[in-house]
Amino acid sequence: MNATVVLEHVTKAHGQMVAVNDVSLSMKSGEFFSILGPSGSGKTTILRMIAGLDVPDSGTIMIQQRVVNADPPHVRPVNMVFQHYALFPHMNVFDNIAFGLRMRPEAGRNIRQAVERMVALVRLDGKSQRFPGQLSGGEQQRVALARALVNRPVVVLLDEPLAALDQQLRQEMQGELKRLQQEVNATFICVTHQQDEALTLSDRIAVMHAGTLLQVGTPQEVYDQPASSTVARFIGLSNSLSGTMTRLENNVCWIEHEAFPTLMARYPSGAAAHGPVTVMVRPERLHISLDVPDKGYDNTLPAVVHHIMFHGNEMAYQFRLRNEAVWTARVPIGETRRAQLAIGQAVYLQWAVHEGLALVP
Amino acid sequence: MRHYSSHVFPLPVSFSFWAAGLFLCLFFLLPLGVVLGVSLASRGLYGGVQWIGTFENYRRLADPMIGVIFVRSILFASLTTLVCAVVGFPLAYMVARASQRWQLVWLTLVMIPFWTNFLVRTYAWVLILRADGLVNSLLLQLGIESEPLPLLFTDLAVGVGLVYGYLPFMVLPLIVAIERIPPQLEEAAYDLYASVGAMFRHVVLPLSKPGFWAGGVLVFIPSLGAFITPYLLGGGQKMMIGTLIQQEFLVSRDWPFGSALSFGLMGTALVLWFVVSRTSLGKDVQ
Repeated sequence: MNATVVLEHVTKAHGQMVAVNDVSLSMKSGEFFSILGPSGSGKTTILRMIAGLDVPDSGTIMIQQRVVNADPPHVRPVNMVFQHYALFPHMNVFDNIAFGLRMRPEAGRNIRQAVERMVALVRLDGKSQRFPGQLSGGEQQRVALARALVNRPVVVLLDEPLAALDQQLRQEMQGELKRLQQEVNATFICVTHQQDEALTLSDRIAVMHAGTLLQVGTPQEVYDQPASSTVARFIGLSNSLSGTMTRLENNVCWIEHEAFPTLMARYPSGAAAHGPVTVMVRPERLHISLDVPDKGYDNTLPAVVHHIMFHGNEMAYQFRLRNEAVWTARVPIGETRRAQLAIGQAVYLQWAVHEGLALVP
Repeated sequence: MRHYSSHVFPLPVSFSFWAAGLFLCLFFLLPLGVVLGVSLASRGLYGGVQWIGTFENYRRLADPMIGVIFVRSILFASLTTLVCAVVGFPLAYMVARASQRWQLVWLTLVMIPFWTNFLVRTYAWVLILRADGLVNSLLLQLGIESEPLPLLFTDLAVGVGLVYGYLPFMVLPLIVAIERIPPQLEEAAYDLYASVGAMFRHVVLPLSKPGFWAGGVLVFIPSLGAFITPYLLGGGQKMMIGTLIQQEFLVSRDWPFGSALSFGLMGTALVLWFVVSRTSLGKDVQ
């Protein structure tokens, strides 16, 4: 597969703040590529630079093997779906979608046909005479998508496409996005701060933090082998404990901590490094045993229940460890019935080797 | 809506209703009634008003001479509004899209002329435009012209004065309207292959319509009845409604006819407003 969009050593500063710092990326043709990061990590700036709405301070941006640094947005084969959709309020759905085609004489005379096909594709049949103000959030989102896709762009840029929708609609639109992407077969570059969104939708994910690219990989890779503890934290590995690596064998390492028994965890980075490491465990992977540690787990940490939160389908427990660190465990509601935990109760947190991850901090 | 709020806040709503009503009665309807009364009275032998009812004053409005004056005034007001819109839009756009700090600077600069009396500012234009004024001495000095151009007391001078005087009334509502347009809409247009010109034509201009309407009314109505500018810069040679009314009241001392002229002016403005707002141009105003 050839690369549709390539960024080479791209840097962009907004005044004093470096928004994007020496980022190199390459998006393959036809893939769903997500840029994941907290707000202010520079992900939207990357999107705007690909669209041509921002100009990089240094580095090159190529679209289809052509350097586009100096091209204004209206000549790039790229269309953007803006965060708040940016639909034209004085035009109805039809005119909004037709806008891009009407701006390009070479788009041909079959505008009506093309727009109607798009209206059907995003399931807005019968609504093409409505104005944006008369549409629900989900419908506006579809119009924004159709307005971009009707131009048959090589690359579709999506800026937090689902952020303005409520939970249920978001899940519905996730499926819709994936379906549309496969149907039009364009490269989708999506910016989001929601890890589940990125994991579900993407072929590949780039994780960004404070203007720097931390890791690029498939959702599986990023999820299972985060390159650093920052990436790990960002994709839901929230429990961590720092210790010293004393032994490394077959990608499994032994970690010593003065307050706890020896822990074992996967060490995927492969680099032999005896020294400080951070052990990380996902909240949903922790096993809680009450009076005595259960058998069959490689790691056991004594802890005290600190806080209990009811989340409807699951319970979230916060524990305080001996070193004052706070860990979280998430337990599906069906499993909590076995034993009720009380604040202040002493328990054991347990997990198997492969469920913990050791990372160089 | 009004019904609902009157239940929740019975006192403030009825209070503000009566307060606004009282204000309107005292300062608008009452004077208007007086003028209407005077317009139906007769002129005394030595000026003054004789309370003898007559429609004679309104009959005199049908005079073709008066018609010419009305048409001329409407033309001047229309042209002034048009020029103000064309000149005001780029200015308003620049101010609306400036950073907050610059916006304050520009707005202050737009407002500064209002700190000086309108009459004084119009006199300043006399100094600029007259035969030995700023423009002519500059043209002579630079050798562009050998004779001073007759600038003062021309239609051009009146037009310049009117545009100068009422431009801020166009610019301010336009700034408000443009500021309400999210800049993201402009980016979306560019992203959808619009050139700068196409972006303005299809996005910013149509969405600025409310500003053009408010500004247009604020410029058109006062320039229709303007009298200082045509008098000082036009030399009173070509009569306008404003100057005519002023003359009837202060020079000819024919208050009843001046009052009838005033009502004629108001009626003209109302009819024009009605006609324009019925056309497709004004369909989003109602």
